[in-house]
Amino acid sequence: MIKKEMIAMLLAGGQGSRLGVLTSKLAKPAVAFGGKYKIIDFPLSNCINSGIDTVGVLTQYQPLRLNQHIGIGIPWDLDRNIGGVSILPPYEKSQNTDWYTGTANAIYQNMEFMEYYHPDYVIILGGDHIYKMDYELMLEFHKKNNAQITLATYEVPWEDASRFGLVITDENNQILEFEEKPANPRSNKASMGIYIFNWEVLKEALETLSEQPGCDFGMHVIPYCHQRGDKIMAYNYQGYWKDVGTLSAYWEANMELIDIIPEFNLYEEFWRIYTKTDVIPPQYFSADSKVNACIVGDGTEVYGEISNSVIGAGVVIEEGAVVTNSIIMNNTVIKKGAKIEKSIIAESVEVGENAELGVFEEAENKYKPKVYSGGLVTIGEGSVIPANVKIGKNVAIVGKTTAEDYPDGILASGESIIR
Amino acid sequence: MKSIGIILAGGNNNRIGRLSDKRAIAALPVAGSYRAIDFTLSNMSNSRVSKVAVLPQFNARSLNEHLSSSKWWDFGRKQGGLYVFTPTVTKNNNSWYQGTADALYQNIDFLKKSHEPYVIIATGDGVYKMDYGKVLEAHIAKNADITVVYTTLKDTDDDLTRFGVLKLDENERIVEFEEKPLVASSNNVSIGVYVIRRRHLIEILERCAREDRHDFVQDVLVRYRNVRKIYGYKLDTYWRNIATVDSYFKTNMDFLKKDVRDYFFKQYPDVYSKVDDLPPAKYNTGAEVKNSIISSGCIVNGKVENSIIFKDVYIGNNCTIKNSIILNDVYIGDDSYIENCIVESRDTLRPGTNYVGTDDEVKIVIEKNVRYIL
Repeated sequence: MIKKEMIAMLLAGGQGSRLGVLTSKLAKPAVAFGGKYKIIDFPLSNCINSGIDTVGVLTQYQPLRLNQHIGIGIPWDLDRNIGGVSILPPYEKSQNTDWYTGTANAIYQNMEFMEYYHPDYVIILGGDHIYKMDYELMLEFHKKNNAQITLATYEVPWEDASRFGLVITDENNQILEFEEKPANPRSNKASMGIYIFNWEVLKEALETLSEQPGCDFGMHVIPYCHQRGDKIMAYNYQGYWKDVGTLSAYWEANMELIDIIPEFNLYEEFWRIYTKTDVIPPQYFSADSKVNACIVGDGTEVYGEISNSVIGAGVVIEEGAVVTNSIIMNNTVIKKGAKIEKSIIAESVEVGENAELGVFEEAENKYKPKVYSGGLVTIGEGSVIPANVKIGKNVAIVGKTTAEDYPDGILASGESIIR
Repeated sequence: MKSIGIILAGGNNNRIGRLSDKRAIAALPVAGSYRAIDFTLSNMSNSRVSKVAVLPQFNARSLNEHLSSSKWWDFGRKQGGLYVFTPTVTKNNNSWYQGTADALYQNIDFLKKSHEPYVIIATGDGVYKMDYGKVLEAHIAKNADITVVYTTLKDTDDDLTRFGVLKLDENERIVEFEEKPLVASSNNVSIGVYVIRRRHLIEILERCAREDRHDFVQDVLVRYRNVRKIYGYKLDTYWRNIATVDSYFKTNMDFLKKDVRDYFFKQYPDVYSKVDDLPPAKYNTGAEVKNSIISSGCIVNGKVENSIIFKDVYIGNNCTIKNSIILNDVYIGDDSYIENCIVESRDTLRPGTNYVGTDDEVKIVIEKNVRYIL
């Protein structure tokens, strides 16, 4: 008989619209991070490092990159005879075919997948955070407390607490109440969106709520279980946990890696983060190059100047180009003399000679002011920026642009070109 | 595929010095991210040779570790695979591989059990890209008994007298083959890659064994060159052998040239290697890197110039590394100065260490300090 004590269900179907043009062609979990990784590498590596060898990855929005990246799970040692990683997209049924309409609905539609492994516990994970967490410790906590559900929480600064879904617990960490983004928070324990369910509890709840439109864990399943009196525990996680759901947060999390001894350290032997390595060759710095406080991926060639930046693999920084405070993803080319300041440039972009990014006074983005903020320039995958143009702050560009798109060779702060 | 591959990775050479103290030459790290044998293995894989046997002998641990999985070169297939045959004691044989022909003979069952009509024999210490399929085509077209791949080296490229030097007639038939001659009579050297029909090889090996002959070059190529049709096939792209300290150093330094890097790193087909799951390289304030190769997992705080830094190396504050090769997983303490050196892998250099070799003779640095946990 096939049996796994705990299996993981990883929700990777969301677009992550707050990452703007970075997710125009791929789902958020497939966005690059830290010069080598993709966001989904963190939960996947956590799984295998925690001894979980059966992971269902639920995909929906733009799954191609994710599928290519995960493959049969070789980089994470998740290529198993029994278990391993399975990609679970929505599928057509004999009746009631539907997309995944909510987090819990997505899990519900894959009931058969879970049943196959006869699990005692199911852990629900998201694909949008940077952290190293031992899910096995959380499971021990769950068992020790005889809980039906355990929810991982993280203590956020009190002043930010009103932005989160909070839990109020008793002295034993049993959850008494939930509060969703309250104006006056009574707790600073935020839910991390990580749940361990006893299998029977999960199954029963999902079946009962199967008719609930947009069935969601935080909004429907947990309140339902709480109401009927299930014992729900809060597992207080204390390591590094970073939401990278907005462009500013994403940029900051990357920049934090550059610190001399970063809070989130990728260089420790313990708890390695695994990823699919497409580029094997080493990197090269020319005689005229300059580097200061950077992380640089494999196969990259630097002929210009880079500082305070995270540079991906297979990138070329040509002579005289200057990159500061920026994130450059894989296979992008920065041509001669280009100046890049505080930008996020996605994969396979070409920035023309002497183009300048991130100049002028800051102005609010006219298209999506909440997404493109913090003075960042964001360039989507596969874009082309022509030579000699000047581009302002809070700007988004995606697509192959030409000189005609830049009247007087300028794209002012707050403007966007979306193709 | 029409052929199987055999990689002779057993040899040792005192001219590689102490670098082979802990590994076979085929396992020597090359160009920051690779091991010498990766080039031949990738050539096999890219030439669609799907069944490959590696025959190590000398100091095979490091090589075996590198070959622990065949997936990196895409060999782990149902038809084919990567086999490692170290010498074993059997009822009929209780000696090591006594030479290349003997190494092949001791694994003659592998040859007999295969069904592919041809065998490609190669060495594990060449740095090059080659489509062996092209050699095989020429071999068949010429109706050759054996085809030997050769290249033309300049006198400045390497010491020609350490190779098999050949002379060919206008049809590329080999008329003279001298192994390690006192004086090289031509600039054509064998790169140690041979194509031969499998049944023919079995027959030759059995005959050699009966006559107590053990060396493939001396006892087959040189001995049979007049009675068998032995042809040359010229490789006219980059090729270097790394089996001496001098050539090892020079070959690595060649990767500082853009054309060499572009050829190996960017042009199809790729060279594959075992993936180590290391984080990207990190450069802290104070780092200064000029004309150098740096590999993943490195943390650089000091100055690096005209050097090849392999994987997972830590370079402390205020260090200077010049014209040097730092092998995998080396820790270099603050204020150290290294010039014209090869620093052996897993070394720990204490702060303030000074090592200087000369342009003519690079210094091999081997330190056995205990690494302090930082």
